[in-house]
Amino acid sequence: MITARQAGLIGCLRCGRAQPAANPACMRCGSTLVSRKTGALQNVWAWLIAGILAYIPANIYPMLLTRTLVREEESTIVGGAIELIHHGSYGIAAIILIASIGIPIGKFVAIATLAISIRKPSRISTHHRHKLYEIVEFIGRWSMIDVFVVAILAALVQLNTLAAINPGPAAVTFALSVIFTMLSAQSFDPRMIWDDQTKQEAK
Amino acid sequence: MDMSSHLSACPQCDTLHQMAELPDGARARCTRCHTVLVTNRSDAISKILALAIAATVLMIAALFFPFLSIRVGASINKTSLFDAVLAFSGDHLLPAALFVAALIIILPLTRVIALTYALLPLARGRPPYRRAKSAFHLAETLKPWSMVEIFIVGVAVSMIKVAGLATVTLGPAFWALSILVVVTTLKDRLICNWTIWAALERT
Repeated sequence: MITARQAGLIGCLRCGRAQPAANPACMRCGSTLVSRKTGALQNVWAWLIAGILAYIPANIYPMLLTRTLVREEESTIVGGAIELIHHGSYGIAAIILIASIGIPIGKFVAIATLAISIRKPSRISTHHRHKLYEIVEFIGRWSMIDVFVVAILAALVQLNTLAAINPGPAAVTFALSVIFTMLSAQSFDPRMIWDDQTKQEAK
Repeated sequence: MDMSSHLSACPQCDTLHQMAELPDGARARCTRCHTVLVTNRSDAISKILALAIAATVLMIAALFFPFLSIRVGASINKTSLFDAVLAFSGDHLLPAALFVAALIIILPLTRVIALTYALLPLARGRPPYRRAKSAFHLAETLKPWSMVEIFIVGVAVSMIKVAGLATVTLGPAFWALSILVVVTTLKDRLICNWTIWAALERT
């Protein structure tokens, strides 16, 4: 087993073709070639911090503003889920809690763990860290469910005097948080997870 | 073609592989991290093209047919996909409206059109159009940002949320969008980066 870097080659991240490191751009697809996105670790942290910062107002401010004949109320992400539990919709409450609380926080922790493990030796095995990265990449987009729920409810429930639902400020900051963490995960170079193992195998 | 065009580096762990012709229907995985590197399906390009065109038609249908309608007593509100997007447009929320429109309409549509443009000549055994590589590049970049399937789950959650408040009926656009999700999944399973880039390079 040999890596492209050990062979003096660079593998194109876009099309997979391995080629001499001297090539300025991929000879197959024209993408920029980088052996490792070393500087990108900074981008990973920058997007991650932006994502965490945007997540705070997303939980403090209301997601939905509901107005009916009798009352007016504001509900936050957690508040909305608790209300669903009171109505007996446990399944839906679980979906919202997992997509809006579980996945984002899990993602913050996972990306930070991966980024730290590049600099410091990690107790988690290379294979497990790689699996973690794949899960983060796959699952991150699904946090957007609640933003879509708000958009649909606000479009649907506009019944003049009877009832109206409008999006609150948290819908915007939550969407931003999801985008920032997606960009953070995309900036990460999974090949760096494997470099330690490559070094040990070479010894 | 020179031998170096058979060398591939795994985009996840940088392990170098010598690519060989695969039997029909076979998949090749990275020897170290087990990421799928190549999938060989007969007529994959024609099938991807057929599914991409089907997806375009379904998306256009979804835009113009009614999506959902809600009834409380005698009051009815019909919602199209545009309305769901425009729900955000009140006051200072225009960027949010554009953002939702991008995720569920503009980016998915751009993606299938770019894919069709890149693959159409290849399916007919002709040389690709100018900038076919950029088009395929774009289609692949947009993949994580097309969120129609997440939107559909969002619709399901919203339906249950308003179920107690009013009667909601699903319109033809909802079904078009649901079929679009299935078509897109089938299409994405057929897309093999290595094979398509090799085909774009050869011609």
